[in-house]
Amino acid sequence: MSQMADHALSNTPRNAGVPLQTDWFESVSVNTPAAQRRAATLTARRSLKKEWQAAWLVNAIRCMDLTTLSGDDTEDRVRRLCAKAAHPVADHVMKALGLDRLTTGAVCVYPTMVAAAVRALEGTGIPVASVATGFPAGLMPLDLRLAEIRYAVDQGASEIDIVITRAHVLDGNWSALYDEIAAMREACGPAHLKAILATGELKTLRNVYKASMVACQAGADFIKTSTGKESVNATLPVSLVMVRALRDYGEWTGYRIGFKPAGGMKTAKDALSWQILMREEMGPDWLRPDLFRLGASSMLADIERQLEHHVTGRYSSGSRHAIA
Amino acid sequence: MPSVKEILETMEYGPAPEAADQVMNWLKARARFGHYIDGAFTEPGETFDTANPATGEVLAQVSQGSAADIERAVAAARAALPAWSRLPGHERAKWLYALARHIQKRERFLAVLETLDNGKPIRESRDIDVPLAARHFYHHAGWAEILEDEFPGAQPVGVCGQIIPWNFPLLMLAWKIAPALAAGNTVVLKPAEFTPLTALAFAEICAEIGLPRGVVNIVTGDGATGAALVDAPVDKIAFTGSTEVGRAIRKATAGRDVKLTLELGGKSPFIVFADADLDAAVEGVVDSIWFNQGQVCCAGSRILVAESIAPVFQKRLATRMAKLRVGDPLDKCTDIGAIVAPVQVQRIRRLIAEGEAQGARLHTAPVQLPDRGCFLAPGYLTDVAPANILSDTEIFGPYATVTTFRTPDEAVTLANNSRYGLAASIWSENVNLALDVASRVKAGVVWVNSTNVFDAGAGFGGYRESGFGREGGREGMREYLSWPGPKTRPEAQPTPIDAAPHPADKPAPIRAEAPIDRTAKLYIGGAQKRPDSGYSYAVLAKGKEIGLAGLGNRKDIRNAVEAAHKATGWSKATGHNRAQVLYYLAENLAARAEGFAERLKEMGVSKPREEVETAIRRTFWYAAQADKFDGAVHSTKSAHVTLAMPEPFGVMGVVCPNDAPLLGLISMVLPAIAMGNRVVAVPAQSMPLAATDFYQVLETSDVPGGVVNIVTGAKDELARVLAQHDDVDALWYCGDEAGREMVESESAGNLKVTWTFPNRDWRGKDGQGREFLHRATQIKNIWVPYGE
Repeated sequence: MSQMADHALSNTPRNAGVPLQTDWFESVSVNTPAAQRRAATLTARRSLKKEWQAAWLVNAIRCMDLTTLSGDDTEDRVRRLCAKAAHPVADHVMKALGLDRLTTGAVCVYPTMVAAAVRALEGTGIPVASVATGFPAGLMPLDLRLAEIRYAVDQGASEIDIVITRAHVLDGNWSALYDEIAAMREACGPAHLKAILATGELKTLRNVYKASMVACQAGADFIKTSTGKESVNATLPVSLVMVRALRDYGEWTGYRIGFKPAGGMKTAKDALSWQILMREEMGPDWLRPDLFRLGASSMLADIERQLEHHVTGRYSSGSRHAIA
Repeated sequence: MPSVKEILETMEYGPAPEAADQVMNWLKARARFGHYIDGAFTEPGETFDTANPATGEVLAQVSQGSAADIERAVAAARAALPAWSRLPGHERAKWLYALARHIQKRERFLAVLETLDNGKPIRESRDIDVPLAARHFYHHAGWAEILEDEFPGAQPVGVCGQIIPWNFPLLMLAWKIAPALAAGNTVVLKPAEFTPLTALAFAEICAEIGLPRGVVNIVTGDGATGAALVDAPVDKIAFTGSTEVGRAIRKATAGRDVKLTLELGGKSPFIVFADADLDAAVEGVVDSIWFNQGQVCCAGSRILVAESIAPVFQKRLATRMAKLRVGDPLDKCTDIGAIVAPVQVQRIRRLIAEGEAQGARLHTAPVQLPDRGCFLAPGYLTDVAPANILSDTEIFGPYATVTTFRTPDEAVTLANNSRYGLAASIWSENVNLALDVASRVKAGVVWVNSTNVFDAGAGFGGYRESGFGREGGREGMREYLSWPGPKTRPEAQPTPIDAAPHPADKPAPIRAEAPIDRTAKLYIGGAQKRPDSGYSYAVLAKGKEIGLAGLGNRKDIRNAVEAAHKATGWSKATGHNRAQVLYYLAENLAARAEGFAERLKEMGVSKPREEVETAIRRTFWYAAQADKFDGAVHSTKSAHVTLAMPEPFGVMGVVCPNDAPLLGLISMVLPAIAMGNRVVAVPAQSMPLAATDFYQVLETSDVPGGVVNIVTGAKDELARVLAQHDDVDALWYCGDEAGREMVESESAGNLKVTWTFPNRDWRGKDGQGREFLHRATQIKNIWVPYGE
């Protein structure tokens, strides 16, 4: 179970980025109804039963960025979350599944909560991810956003989820977008950068593809759909277009970039759907935490219930599982 | 079973089988099936096996329908017809609604049974076939309800014989039975011998809901049973299957006044332009040629891809193909199931081998096929020259050919380089390009940036040798309705052609001044032409020669068809442009009304002025219709525009009655050209001089050369040449029974659309109308999904 122990993002060689190349995306064709059709049939074409379903749900946990990003977060609340991340599934379920160790992929918090999270996770090997750059809107002066990244890294975050300036996409100002992300990547230093595109505000799938490609060119380690705060968050059609951008970037540069859908995914079924998408469009490597993360909070509880049902044959209740 | 820990290493899918025990119990309880005739199952007679192609396991025995079985079934349908057709629409609607509901209530049962019998993946039977079948009955419950309002004056056709194929057994049953019943017909349906079981389950559903006996009869059997049904005294034959059998049915029904719809083979182009969403197009290939193991008449089996993107497209296609899962059709993760029967596997293998021997390169998915069962690795073929057998032969398996093109024009040329014309799929993000190509491809169904989209609300059916008639929507309902025919009117037998001089026929007074001779020629390509034969024949009136007409022969017809083909501008002109020309034609006809009346009088036509006046009025009427007989936007799926566009056939033959020398010609030629067809007309054999006078009006009225061509001569001889001509797309024939049979039978060569009828009163309301316009057009359904 080497993957479980190894949380650090290991998509080596790390994406060094390339100079901005608008011809890689300016004339991209994305047909929205076709993307919707593919997304709708993808999950109807594959089905997971029994042991396989249980295993894929376990995998969703190990790829999960267990997240709390609320105005009322406190250090205690973050400590509880970290405890859950280190021990996401009840012992009897673990035992029945034949598993000895399982943690989430990371814990994701606000910068001011990073230090508390790092302390709480000491010895678990679970990385701390922090949002930064004026999350969720990102409408802060660039130097402050970069300072925020450095602060979070200083506090011990090894992954930084940045937000992009949506206006650069809506205005087609690709060089501004590129420069911004490249500067953020530099500010991250060794910490990995996940670029949140806030796709619900980019609206068109072509915009989604273009923003994805610019993020890759600017050196993102991951691209991520949403902050969880937009009115529309992760959807399968958007995810489809984003991973196809990763595929294309990979074909041109050889770099493998990770994908993180986030926001709005609440059920075990969602966990399976997104994994099916990754396996079908990208391949099994993109089912590992170094190339795939699920940004979620309430999804874990539903997965726990499904796993307990799998091992006991009885439908489970949320009250039987520790909350995050 | 691997442990969770092991699966976490591989992240494989694992088996996900759909349970079949309910269906297996049902089969076990029955084991041998009779036919469903007159509301009850007959005792099984001589039986044959129907097997699961994925395993070879025999599922049941079904009866081989004999001519006697067919006779009993047709008699039962005939007996049930009066009561069923007299039911108020609302009552029939309730029955159809019950059928729709029961298909839904049995949806999983039917899906599993279909997958067992046919080999298609359960995902497809469950998510596509069965829901579409239910949708078809719902939709047609609606037509039954509103039939009288929407089709005033229409009547059912009568007893319908329906023969369906094995690729979509239940869905094709729904396509056939739902509209037939909605319109008040009764049916005898013969399912395919490989896949009779869902039809038999449907029979049980009919019994279960208590559908009046005899309304639906199902007789199982092979091609011989189908042939017996075609030969039986039915009023309509609806057939879906191979073009070869369709041709035989066309011949067998010739002259029998049997309404006929044929939905036949295809070799449909799948055109990928450089600006297409390539991933979408690749996924389209999956939904097209790798849907139902490629056993789909409208499958995009000829992939045409722009040269500039061909390498990328092929690379992505290969990558996507490698993800396909081939195997147990009952497994919910299966993309490609079993081919329907061993004989089909052999046929496909043979064809592919032949194509490879002719230079094609086969690329197949790297899959492990099951040890037994009718499985083939899906694939595609490159290096397929147009002359390769695989370029024009329907493979009917999971293999498409990939050919490149350089320009949109070349794409259209390649797309239309086929005897078929069922469907086309066009991939481009440029709406101008996509719609331009949609209008230019010869296909009954065109999908823009999509493929294999179906809905009961839209018509489905082909151009060219893919058959005629439409299924689904308003246009599909018309195929199961009839309107009281016009009163027939006797037609004078043409006098035998006599091409030798006959001085005695003509009073030849010795005159001081010679009259200037008038010469009637043929009119071809906008020019007056002497007949190829070099002969002229005598035009007689009351036994006296009143002039000579050119004796046209097969070469003149050939030349006329060629000229008509060149006049493509006419079909592209706007309805308004055509209307202007027709109004001008009426104007010039009116200016010469006196002359035409004189001519008609000379030929012995009674009330000649009335015929001329009617001809002028009628010309106005078709001018008026030229820009008004238009299509529809069907209500189908959300975020789709589904356009039903009436299109001209192209080149039509029009064989006029030996009566009403001016009006017969005008009445048959004008609706055809008003809709944009170009016409080769054979005017009244014995009275051709009004027609030859008429070409002067054509010339002065800006009717472009080649739009109307007139070949005078022996009617049936020329009609036969037109019927046999593979480059004539449709043929109207007004004449006697023998001629009608000849035309229908001889048209089987290219399965051109024919309309044959006896002579009628051309001066009354039967001489014009929307029926003529319907008959002059074929409907193309264009699907355009939208959304940003």
